[in-house]
Order: sequence, then C-alpha cells, then structure tokens
Amino acid sequence: MLFALPVLLVFVVFSWGPIVKGLVMSVQQTNLVDPVKWVGLENFRYVLTDPGVGQAALNTVWFTLLALLFGFPVPVLLAMFLSELRGKSWLYTTLAYLPVITPPVVAILLWRFFYDPSPSGMFNSILGTVGLGPYPWLDSPSSAMPSIVLEATWAGAGNAVIIYLAALTSVRADLYEAAELDGAGVVRRVWHVMLPHLRGVLLLMLLLQVIGTMQLFTEPLLFTGGGPQGSTMTILLLIYNYAFVNGDYGAATALSVLLALALAVLSAVFQFATRGWSTE
Amino acid sequence: MSGERGALSDADRHLSRVRVPFVIGQVAVLIGLVVAGLGPLLWLLKAAISPTQDSIRSPLAWFPSGQVQWGNLSTAWQQGHIGFYLGNTAIIAAGTALASLIVCTTAGYVLSVLRPRWGAVLSAGILATLFVPHIVSLVPLYLTVLKVPVVHANLTNTFWAVWLPPAASAFNVLVVKRFFEGIPREYFEAARIDGAGSIRVFTSLVLPLSRPILGVVVLLSIISSWKDYLWPLLVLTNPDLQPVSVALPKIAKVTELNIQLAGLFLALLIPVLLFLVFQRAFLRGVGLSGGIKA
Repeated sequence: MLFALPVLLVFVVFSWGPIVKGLVMSVQQTNLVDPVKWVGLENFRYVLTDPGVGQAALNTVWFTLLALLFGFPVPVLLAMFLSELRGKSWLYTTLAYLPVITPPVVAILLWRFFYDPSPSGMFNSILGTVGLGPYPWLDSPSSAMPSIVLEATWAGAGNAVIIYLAALTSVRADLYEAAELDGAGVVRRVWHVMLPHLRGVLLLMLLLQVIGTMQLFTEPLLFTGGGPQGSTMTILLLIYNYAFVNGDYGAATALSVLLALALAVLSAVFQFATRGWSTE
Repeated sequence: MSGERGALSDADRHLSRVRVPFVIGQVAVLIGLVVAGLGPLLWLLKAAISPTQDSIRSPLAWFPSGQVQWGNLSTAWQQGHIGFYLGNTAIIAAGTALASLIVCTTAGYVLSVLRPRWGAVLSAGILATLFVPHIVSLVPLYLTVLKVPVVHANLTNTFWAVWLPPAASAFNVLVVKRFFEGIPREYFEAARIDGAGSIRVFTSLVLPLSRPILGVVVLLSIISSWKDYLWPLLVLTNPDLQPVSVALPKIAKVTELNIQLAGLFLALLIPVLLFLVFQRAFLRGVGLSGGIKA
C-alpha cells in the first residue's frame, strides 16, 4: 500500500482530478475572483458563436492537412531506406534525429531568422541563387501557415523515422526469403512484405499525428502570435488566449472539451473505418 | 534489421542494377540529412561567433567581414544570463526525472510484483489517461497548481509545479510495469524465503535489475522537460526560476542578433551533447514508445 502512494497521489491530483475538473468547469463561470456560478451550456454557446473559433478551427484543420501532406510520406520512405543499410545506419538516424533534439524554442527562434522576408534573408538568399523569390514567408496570410508547417515537419520527422525503423526490425527474414524464392523482385518484396508489415504502425502514426497537430501551440505563438490577420490562430492558441489573456476559464475549458470530443470522435471513426486493414 | 536481412538479399547487393542505384541513393540521402539535420545547427554555430551584420547581410557567406567574435558566447552567458537559466533548466529536468522515477518504479512494483486485488482497477485508471487528450486538463491543471486541493498550497513559482505534473505519466508507468513483469518470479520467491521484506525486494532486487529501462525513463523525461515551453511559461512567472526555453524569447526581444544567436547555440549545446553521448539508449527508448503505442 505504501508503494501505491506516490502513483495514487500524483494521478489523483495532477491527472484524474484535472480531467474531471475540466468537465465540471466547462459548465461553470469562473474568473477566480467572483464566486463560481453554474451556467449550464452557456460557455459552449458563447464559444460556438465566437467567429474567431470558426476561423481557428479551419486554420487548425488546414495545418493538420498540410502537416500530413508534407510530413507523413518522407519519414516512411526514409525509414524503409535506412532499414536496408548495414553498419552505417546509426549515422543516418543520428542526423535525422538532431532536429528532434533541438528544443522547440531554439528551433523556432532560429527559423524565424531563416524566414527573414528580405532578399538577403537565409531562405530567400538560398532560393535567390536559383532565381526564385524573395518570398514573404511568415509575413503573408497565405504563406504563414505553410511556413510553420515546414518548420514543424523538420522538427518532428526524426521521431517518426525511429518508430518506423523499430517496427521494421521485426519483419521476419524468412518472409523476404520466401518472397525471393517465389521470384519476387526487390520492388515487389517492398510492396508485398515490407509495407503490409508497417500497416498497423502507419495507421497508428497517422492518427497520432492528426491528434498531435490539432494541438499546435508553441509554433504559432512564437512565430506569428496568430497573425498575420489571424491566419495562424489555432484552437489551442485561442484556448490560451481565453484563459490566460482574458481570464475566462469557463470558455477556455468549454473549447478544450469540444476539441477533445472532436478528437475522440475522429479516433473512433478512424478505428472503425480502418478495422479491416490494421491486422498484421 | 536484427542482423539478418531486409528486402535486399546478399545476392541483390552484388547485382549492379541494384547496387548502383542503392549506393547513389545512400549518398543522396546522406547529403540530404546532413543539410537538413546538421546544416541549421552548424550554421547556428557559425552565426553565434559572427558579427550581427555578417549574419543579416550575407547569411550564407563564410565570415564575410573576416571577424570572428568568440566574445558573443561569453556576453550571452553573462549579460543574457544564459548560464543562470541553464542552471534552472537543469534543476527542473533533474527534479522531473526523479519524480517520474519514484512514481513509475513504485507503481510498476505494486502492479506487477505485489499484485494486490485492486491492482487491476489502478492499472485501468492509469491506462485510461492515455486516451484523454492533454488539452482537456491544461486549464484545470493550471488552476490545480494554483491551489492544490485539500492542502490549498499554491505551487506556482515553485519548482514543484514543473516537477510533479509530468510524473503522472501513464506511458512511463506502463513501460516500467512491462519491464518488471519480465523479471522471473522465482527471484522474488527466493528473496522472500531468505526473509526479505517488500521494501528490501524493491531496493536490492527490482531496482538494480531494471537499470536499463530506468535509464530510458530518465533520459526521455530529461529531454522532454528540457523541451517544454508552455507549462513553465504558465506556472513560473518569476524570472529567477524560469528555464532557458522561457527566457530565450524574452532575451530575443531585447538583445542584438549576434548575442541572441549565441544564446540559442548555448541552449542547444547540452541537449545535443546528451543525445550524442546516450544515443543508443535514447533511440531505443523512442522505438520502445512506438512499440508501446502500437
């Protein structure tokens, strides 16, 4: 019993407690000064009619789609390639993982400098050597979000590579041997043995990436603060503003609950839709 | 590839129509990774010891004005107080690792060795938190730290506020529990016959045997607390306690670019060195996390 004490205390106070409290707070009005008032679904109504929420939701979905487009295929291909290397693959994985090790704040401040919109800015001068640009990067509403996605993809790809690599180490060699004896060439071995083996992990990573990117916060806060013209305002940044800028904790938790519900529905639908494919 | 083989067999590797594209691919991927992975970090090293004008006017040139300003690093360290903030970061990381370690080892011990009847309930309760997005509890967690239930302590602007919440990590508990389950139960029975109590079995049998997995937990929690930004920003408003991640954006607003970049370089150095030293344990931990989630 003595041994269960730390885990019970920590989980009751810092995990289960706040989850329950979050659900309760979403139907209360509280600003830490006035007495707590029960307001029913008023917070939800307030949040759902805030025009900023609609735009933030669209921005967040846009970010997630872009992140999947940029960020999903590359780590898969890279891991498949690295798994065929012998001996030197540690060098490749180390290089691929360096951006993941970079603290996000350091990476963002560095990239903010790279994104300097003047022609002598880092990226603009690289692109200038092949006659492109200069681009406004973070300064224009249409390119700000893709710029953030680019940095976030750079920062996160290494993690996915390692996870796919770990999954690939468990492909049994005799499957490849059998395929080879049956006359399958390299391409068909990759297609019929390697990819099917990865399917479960791929689906899971897809879901985790969607859930992760829907909670984007640090990048838009430090890159653009949600601008220009609200083009990078995400749901989580809005929750942060509700709670810690306006002091409206009820609205903030109501929006959190809505986001969590959306994620839960998304995972459920995803699980249901892919039920047939994920068996390895 | 478990030392055996992948999609390519030894015979394939000798065929020139396979070998040539494969070698070209290796070189191309290596160049790509060096540029994308190492490039920005090397550039930061160069810019950290360059004059501001060099970095702004011609960021791609190699010391265009011929000046190398090693002094940027010491200026950032002293005037930017980077050293001081790095100290805070280290205290936060060490405390987080220790708190996580205490929670996950004792919990793993209860759930996989002692196995009380209510263990299944506890286990399910911990597992369930994996499925709740963190976002639901961000604001209530902040209010909890502002006024801890029952004892009514305000933890903001104390290190407890950053040490304790990450310790409630279902992932750590599950990984450690799984590892403990792999220890043969005969060991415990033998120890009990020799008269060892629960505490002694824990401290002199379970903990020493599980050193590798505890190393992974420590590494992952140090790195994740080193990377954290939002939470310390919220609960540590006193600049004397803030970690380097919270301090850097503020420093960036008031200092000249060369000092700023020198500060970024110093903040990057320790995680990169840690990673290079503990690379194997580290990558294994990440792979493990993928396996667990799968």
